[in-house]
Amino acid sequence: MPRKTVYTLGILGTFWLLYNFYQIFLVVPVDALQGNIFRIIFVHVPAAFTAFTFYGVAVVASIAFLMTKNFKWDSMAVSAVEVGTMFTLVNLATGSIWGRVEWGIWWAWDARMTSQLMCFLLYLGYLLMRPAIAEAQQRGVMSAVLAIFAAADIPIVFMAIRLHNVRTQHPGPVLETGTLAKVYWPPFFGDYGAFLLLAAAMMLVRLHQESNQREIDSLRRELHAI
Amino acid sequence: MAAIAVAGKDLRTEWRTRESLNSAVSFALVILVLFSFAFDLDRDEKLAISGGLLWLVYAFAGALIVNRSFAREVPNDCLEVLISSARGWAIFLGKSVACFVLLMVVELISLPIFGLFYNIHWTGSLLALLLVMALSTWGVTVVGTALSAITVNVRLRELMLPVLLYPLMIPLLIGAMEMTTGLLNGNAVLSDIRLLIVYDVMFTAIALYLIEFILVI
Amino acid sequence: MHAVAADGVWKYFGDYPALRGAKLEVAKGSCTALIGRNGAGKTTLLRILARLSKPTKGEVHIDGRIGYLGHGIGVYDDLSAFENLTLFGRLAGVANPNQSAEAALERVGLTRVKEGLAREFSRGMRQRLAIARAFLHDPELLLLDEPFTSLDDRAIDVLQKLLSEALARGSTIIMSTHQIREAMELATDVALLERGRMIYAGPRTTEMLLDPGYLYRTYAESPPESKG
Repeated sequence: MPRKTVYTLGILGTFWLLYNFYQIFLVVPVDALQGNIFRIIFVHVPAAFTAFTFYGVAVVASIAFLMTKNFKWDSMAVSAVEVGTMFTLVNLATGSIWGRVEWGIWWAWDARMTSQLMCFLLYLGYLLMRPAIAEAQQRGVMSAVLAIFAAADIPIVFMAIRLHNVRTQHPGPVLETGTLAKVYWPPFFGDYGAFLLLAAAMMLVRLHQESNQREIDSLRRELHAI
Repeated sequence: MAAIAVAGKDLRTEWRTRESLNSAVSFALVILVLFSFAFDLDRDEKLAISGGLLWLVYAFAGALIVNRSFAREVPNDCLEVLISSARGWAIFLGKSVACFVLLMVVELISLPIFGLFYNIHWTGSLLALLLVMALSTWGVTVVGTALSAITVNVRLRELMLPVLLYPLMIPLLIGAMEMTTGLLNGNAVLSDIRLLIVYDVMFTAIALYLIEFILVI
Repeated sequence: MHAVAADGVWKYFGDYPALRGAKLEVAKGSCTALIGRNGAGKTTLLRILARLSKPTKGEVHIDGRIGYLGHGIGVYDDLSAFENLTLFGRLAGVANPNQSAEAALERVGLTRVKEGLAREFSRGMRQRLAIARAFLHDPELLLLDEPFTSLDDRAIDVLQKLLSEALARGSTIIMSTHQIREAMELATDVALLERGRMIYAGPRTTEMLLDPGYLYRTYAESPPESKG
């Protein structure tokens, strides 16, 4: 494992995140309407960005695996999906907390949150299916195909939910209107960057674990063949 | 053509045993009955949930039917022989068409029963309703048959397939439910037809392309 | 032009190589006995040749229509014998499926029960139906995975007859087997697979015919008797 890389990424990411939190809590002005809970947007939205970035990585890795049959792509796909799913959970949790404070309910089926929940379900299926397939080549191929299906579904999910979100509650965070005041940009995109670094570090750890596991499996098989 | 032969074979064997037809229709009936006990609704409320309820029933029945699609090839190792005799896309197309026919049969049987139990008039915009049913059913069968091929050798296949299928079907179901509710309420507005068509075209293309990878490892 | 030309074929299951650079060239009209212990990779190689499985690395060229008889029976229980064969005839693109199905049923002696559902057949009858299916479209290349294993007498006779007819017609046969004696009689060539590698591939000699253990003793790394 490129240990130095992991530590570097992890430390850089953590420090950047801490710096951003300092900015978020002490420097940046508070939104007049929402009060302090507004600050959660600096975690909520970058988490979604990070999740989608890694889902993108996953689908690219899946296609690469189908084309090259090299297992490093399969490892990358599963690691990316795991990290992406984790950040989706962060997004869902922070969204839920924000909703509780702002609207008084833990879950309101508004368009964005519902779409995020669908993404979570799609990739949860992926993560549930993998352990159910014992043979590595088969597992890799089926996962790759499923990842491609899931990625193709996401835009349609957003489209469908947007067309039909007739839920009465439709207040959204500031981004709904498409504008985020410039003063908020540094910690906002900074958090995205920090999350990316941390997510990359996690992914590298996971990749290393996958390659160890493959080696163990193959040694086990060689042993049985004697 | 090979696809026609496969579709014919699936339909013929299904007709002989009627396993999945019987279980799907029975299941649909049971759910319709259960729902009528679960909620005590007045006429307007029933109309408001009509499309949603109907497509829930169809989605559950659909999962049963597509699950059998590739599962029926497992006994006697028939899947191997099929793959070595015909192209992957032909097998997939044949099986999808067979599932489509079977699921449409289940839906057409359930529809009058639904109308009866819930006192809902469904013959109003019948052609539009059938169009929505056909387009949505094709989407379900295409994605379902692909997943059936993926999960045919997976542990706990009967459980895994629905878990994977339902999230993928959600956009399709949303469109189908909305339009069906509209049609049953007397508004002949096919507002989401484009959504269904996009879904159908996209997933048919993706599935046809990827089926070779799934079947020959 | 070889019927089968496979070179440098590797097949990994996970990180485990079931085939390690196996090489096989089979001339048209020959009958090759593919010999090897359990786990040597015979089934894997045959499945790759039958296009049921993709090699991880390597080139495989097949010339001609393939007839495959694997471990499974490969017939549908809910279809009749006749329906099973017409189905496979259509899948194989045979010109007249009904006619070919009738002819095939006759060759294996199942004409009398052609309308019977396959689930009602005895084991021997199902095996003969499977054999009929493999030979139905007069394939130029026959790939048989341990075909004689657990066949009853009638089925063995039928199979041997069909194999000889196929050879006389100029078809190529590759047959994996444990029963070295039976295989050696029919075989013109022999290929010995050990741990995923082709250790010997060449004509069947008289020594092999007379003494089945000869192959292992001469070419394999350790003789089958003294398995460590």
